[in-house]
Amino acid sequence: MRLRLVVNGEVREVDDVWEGESLLYVLRERLELPGSKNACEQGECGSCSVYVDGSLVCSCLVLAGQAEGREVVTVEGISDGDDLHPVQRAFVDAGAVQCGFCTPGFVVATHDLLRRNPDPDEADIREALAGNLCRCTGYEKILDAVRLAARGATG
Amino acid sequence: MEFIQPLNLAEALEAKDAHPEAVPIRGGTDVMVGLNFARSRPAAVLDLSRVEELEEWGLEDGLLRVGAGVSYTRIIEEIGGRLPGLARASRTVGSPQIRNRGTVGGNLGTASPAGDGLPPLYASDAEVEVVSTRGSRRIPVADFISGPKRNALAPQELISAFYVAEAGGPQQYSKIGTRNAMVIAVCAFALALHPESGRVGTCVGSAGPTPLRAEEAERFMRGVLEEGGLWESRGAIPEAALRRFGELVAGAARPIDDVRGTAEYRRHSVGVLARRALGWAWDEYRGVRGAA
Repeated sequence: MRLRLVVNGEVREVDDVWEGESLLYVLRERLELPGSKNACEQGECGSCSVYVDGSLVCSCLVLAGQAEGREVVTVEGISDGDDLHPVQRAFVDAGAVQCGFCTPGFVVATHDLLRRNPDPDEADIREALAGNLCRCTGYEKILDAVRLAARGATG
Repeated sequence: MEFIQPLNLAEALEAKDAHPEAVPIRGGTDVMVGLNFARSRPAAVLDLSRVEELEEWGLEDGLLRVGAGVSYTRIIEEIGGRLPGLARASRTVGSPQIRNRGTVGGNLGTASPAGDGLPPLYASDAEVEVVSTRGSRRIPVADFISGPKRNALAPQELISAFYVAEAGGPQQYSKIGTRNAMVIAVCAFALALHPESGRVGTCVGSAGPTPLRAEEAERFMRGVLEEGGLWESRGAIPEAALRRFGELVAGAARPIDDVRGTAEYRRHSVGVLARRALGWAWDEYRGVRGAA
């Protein structure tokens, strides 16, 4: 089937989409946007987190056709061209990247948290990131990055 | 595989009538896992994510009517004050990403005994509304869920909403798992105090083939509260009665051994959850500082 959706502000059209494939597959394999990672394919790890119509979701759990006409923002759409978003900058500055595989998902989830709550407390941060797994167990640096980004966001 | 995308409820019902074998999908948090792992290859998928009627909630004849497509995030944010037990259960569902997509309608459709949205519905005598092109019917939730992963839905029907009374008293939900997020319950317990009728509503989750009311425990505690005049005096429930309540709830569980825990552990822990949940809810009813 043909799919038409808005990805990172651009209208994109994709042909020959299989009815049973996920939005994640469309993004990675058909639209050449490999930022969203494919790991668990069951919503457990958060590494495929994207926005669909402004709502943070696991793109592996969105059926391709459900994204028809929707606005999707991926980690690639969070930066402004080559300029890192402050959340991305904070992850670099805090050294919150080990193997890097989980990082895009954490960046999108952190972006969503700070958009909803610019001054989160420790419990808010942990709750917001509860659906994102880091198998290097680098959580302390990740939490540092979120605090750093929040300080930037609140000035 | 056919992908059917109705734009409103009437279209959805026509589609389900024409394709009774079509698997409904809304949040996708269950259905997509089956698709991604090639465990399920339905001939047709019926996407309900455009059907706005399923996203509505409101008061109807004194009861809350909540559309089957209202996400857990919206239940917490928009209805949490009216349904505190369901809101507590909703907060334990998955992660923010999952709560943004998952729905109580999905829990009802999947009919897993571990569905966190189900026990609060049992504890407050909720009814499930199902619709087809022939009309709608309302089914008590305990009759709707007919077995493990089985429900009373006919092939042409869709789950449209659930009806439940606004909380008349404190409500609790407790769940055991290996962490506070992203876990399927090892076991769970929902409690609703109904001061207006003198009843105590209960339900054991994930410790039986379906969620289970602990009816003997409900009768026992109703008697304790009535005989002691405790609803009026707001006095403490005797410790022995709290313990007995926990034992009766444990006795109502019908757990099995599986990868998440043993039957014995589930039976024991659901009794502990029940005793504590009643203690917290009763403290809240009494107005004890720091309660709930």
